[in-house]
Amino acid sequence: MTLTLEPAPVPAFDDDVETRRKLCIVCSKGSLDMAYPGLVLANAALGEGIETHLFFTFWGFDIINRETMAHLKFSPVGNPATHMPPALMGLPGMTAFATHMMKKQIEGIDVPDVPEFLEMITDAGGHLWACRMSADMMHIDEKDLYDRVEGIISAADFIELSEGAQIIFV
Amino acid sequence: MTVATLGDREIHVDDEGFLTDPSEWDEALAEVLASSIGLELTEAHWAAIEFARADHAANGETPTLRRMATEGGISTKEMFTLFPKKPAKKMSYVAGLPKPVGCV
Repeated sequence: MTLTLEPAPVPAFDDDVETRRKLCIVCSKGSLDMAYPGLVLANAALGEGIETHLFFTFWGFDIINRETMAHLKFSPVGNPATHMPPALMGLPGMTAFATHMMKKQIEGIDVPDVPEFLEMITDAGGHLWACRMSADMMHIDEKDLYDRVEGIISAADFIELSEGAQIIFV
Repeated sequence: MTVATLGDREIHVDDEGFLTDPSEWDEALAEVLASSIGLELTEAHWAAIEFARADHAANGETPTLRRMATEGGISTKEMFTLFPKKPAKKMSYVAGLPKPVGCV
């Protein structure tokens, strides 16, 4: 039997195809464990050549607030997935301890902290936006925000921006 | 895994065309792989490819973009310039390595 060799396939990187796939991720939570899902997905999408926007609203502002972005916390209170006795979770110092442990785990797998992650995402071409209503409520303006945030935009602006996009709400 | 031809030689590739045996790779093959996806290799490309191959040989995994930056000293921005749009996948392809499996 003769083995016929075919030319090796060339991966379809789809560069020449204008796929128009676009992703908008709404980050509405400011705890350490809820910041990462949006950041990880944004980074992955950018690595696939997808236009990606992150919109920070309500508690999600802590992720882009200069004062808080490096100090997000994880609270085990009310979280059954910690598999720890609930009565212990509210003890003083527990949030600090749980936060410390989670940060160590994140660092252990070489995933960057929040400020560095945002730098990586914007280096990869990702766009960061802040929510107008949250900014007004919290009396925050551009100078309080991470300098790579492109602007504070209204809900209507976001709807316009996300036309044709897939939206993920975190 | 199938045996296929590329240029004038036989190589083992997966369904998409990524090499499945990194030892079948050499610099001449890299040029062929690169040109098949429209890339012309410069010194900066070679630096990325060489780090990725050395890291894969040492750790058994293709480095992610994050690792290319922290360990390889090649910034994310530069990777997007060298291998536009899908830097990790394109670099792996040209370097004769599997796609990175890490999330970040």
